[in-house]
Amino acid sequence: MRALVRIVSWFYAVAIYGFIFLPVVVLVLFSLQATSFPIPPFTGPSLRWYDAVLADTRLTSALVNSLLVAALSSAAAVTLGFLSAWGFARFALPGSALLRGLITLPLTVSYLIIGMGLLVLFNWAGIPKSLLAAGIGHVVINLPLCFAIIYSQMGDHQINIERAARDLGAPEWKVLLLITVPVMAPAIFAGFFLSMTFSWDEFVISFLLTRFDTTLPVEIWNLLRSGLNPKTNAVGSLVFAVSIVLVVFFELMLLRRKPA
Amino acid sequence: MNSATNSGRALPRAGSALPRAGRALPWALVTPALGWTLLFFVLPFVAMGFSSLTAHDGGGFTLANYSQFFTNQAYWQAMVNSLQVTAIVTVISVLLAYPFAWILAEQVPERWQRLALMLAVLPFWTSYVVRSYSWLLVLAQNGVINRALTGSGLFSEPLQLANTRLATVIGFVHFFVMLLTLTIFANLKQLSPSYRKAAADLGAGPVRTFLHVVLPLTLPGIMVGAFLTFVLCIGDYITPQILGGNNELLMPQLVMMQIGRRGDFPLASALSIILMAVVTIAYLACARWLKIERA
Repeated sequence: MRALVRIVSWFYAVAIYGFIFLPVVVLVLFSLQATSFPIPPFTGPSLRWYDAVLADTRLTSALVNSLLVAALSSAAAVTLGFLSAWGFARFALPGSALLRGLITLPLTVSYLIIGMGLLVLFNWAGIPKSLLAAGIGHVVINLPLCFAIIYSQMGDHQINIERAARDLGAPEWKVLLLITVPVMAPAIFAGFFLSMTFSWDEFVISFLLTRFDTTLPVEIWNLLRSGLNPKTNAVGSLVFAVSIVLVVFFELMLLRRKPA
Repeated sequence: MNSATNSGRALPRAGSALPRAGRALPWALVTPALGWTLLFFVLPFVAMGFSSLTAHDGGGFTLANYSQFFTNQAYWQAMVNSLQVTAIVTVISVLLAYPFAWILAEQVPERWQRLALMLAVLPFWTSYVVRSYSWLLVLAQNGVINRALTGSGLFSEPLQLANTRLATVIGFVHFFVMLLTLTIFANLKQLSPSYRKAAADLGAGPVRTFLHVVLPLTLPGIMVGAFLTFVLCIGDYITPQILGGNNELLMPQLVMMQIGRRGDFPLASALSIILMAVVTIAYLACARWLKIERA
């Protein structure tokens, strides 16, 4: 019985891993295709499509835009999230539960609807489509995440350290910068990197709120109009690689925190 | 001071430790985040609500955008399609992910679990657009699967896989199996082993222990995961657009179509609000099970 469960488990796990990795393997494999169609038979390996991606200024500038929007919007989201988490965790505010609920509310609404709302609002207010508009949208989706992560990590332990600092005469801004921020660093990093990956991958808000200068997922979407193309495979593989670097970095941060 | 006692952990003590803080500092800390949420989340909703009540070609207040949804067969059908696809995807994803998460949590040696889980959710981190495109490569007319099927002589003609509902469902299931594996795995690991020991001590075999102890205890977590799947699935535009094509429209495609081709913001707003209303109804229907988790 035990042995049978083991064998069935192995088969099942291998099948699911196969299902999960099939498209990724096909994507990366045919990005190395030497001929012009990313379909069998495999004719590579060749790096010509990676050369084509790096020579395409629309794609490379979209890549820079994506990194810029991801870094700046995540920094804004984590700053707003941290300050509000600190405020709510340390001080008794009237209607605290309700206000905290308001900040986390965007988590329950799909990106399409958040993007639509901003599009209607900006259209009304006469604000043109731009990377800044998309960045504002990315802060809206990532602020609740950063707030929730950091707020959940603010425990009694930190309060005592802060209190000790105040007893020793530190003014409030010094407590914040020299005590709270370093103590909360793991949660702040977690919020920042999760926001980075979400912003880096986000499509629909950027699609609705940008026009000429746009982010990489939108530019890849534009490439899709030309059908199956190894160049799309190459840029997709690059996006995947960047995401993996972010995730591995994030994992290492978490692992390093563990022994402490 | 009443609010200090009922607004959560550690507040009263923290408050008493801040004699110099005054009233201004706490509000200065929380106002930027609250202001951002009000300005760029709540206000857009209000704008969308107003917009949905106006006519496309100007003019005053009208309910026409909403009544169109209920009278136009094509719009109504998009909602039916969305609900069907979402239900199919949610059920298949849970059924595939639960045994997989169980194997990772129970059958894989402890020291390999972190790696096994990380591998299992690695493609989760590719962007929506790239992931859907990858499935197109697999399912296309001359893609990997069709080449394998015709090459092996099983089929003489390639199958129509891309641009079908099946392709949309496969693309979605791929994503949500990973998401649900994460949540169910976390759930299984949180279960104290003493429950299982107690069941075994009382004479239950592994199957009965699973059915009467493990499964009921992880059910709330499954409900949370299934709800998350529902919300993310019904609001996604990319997967059905790339994999399903335009043969059969889902709600997000219908919304985007109003903006893209016709610039009809009022109708797009109304359809978005209807879509959100459906998600809210689903939330209220599930709220009973979703709440159990907090206890």
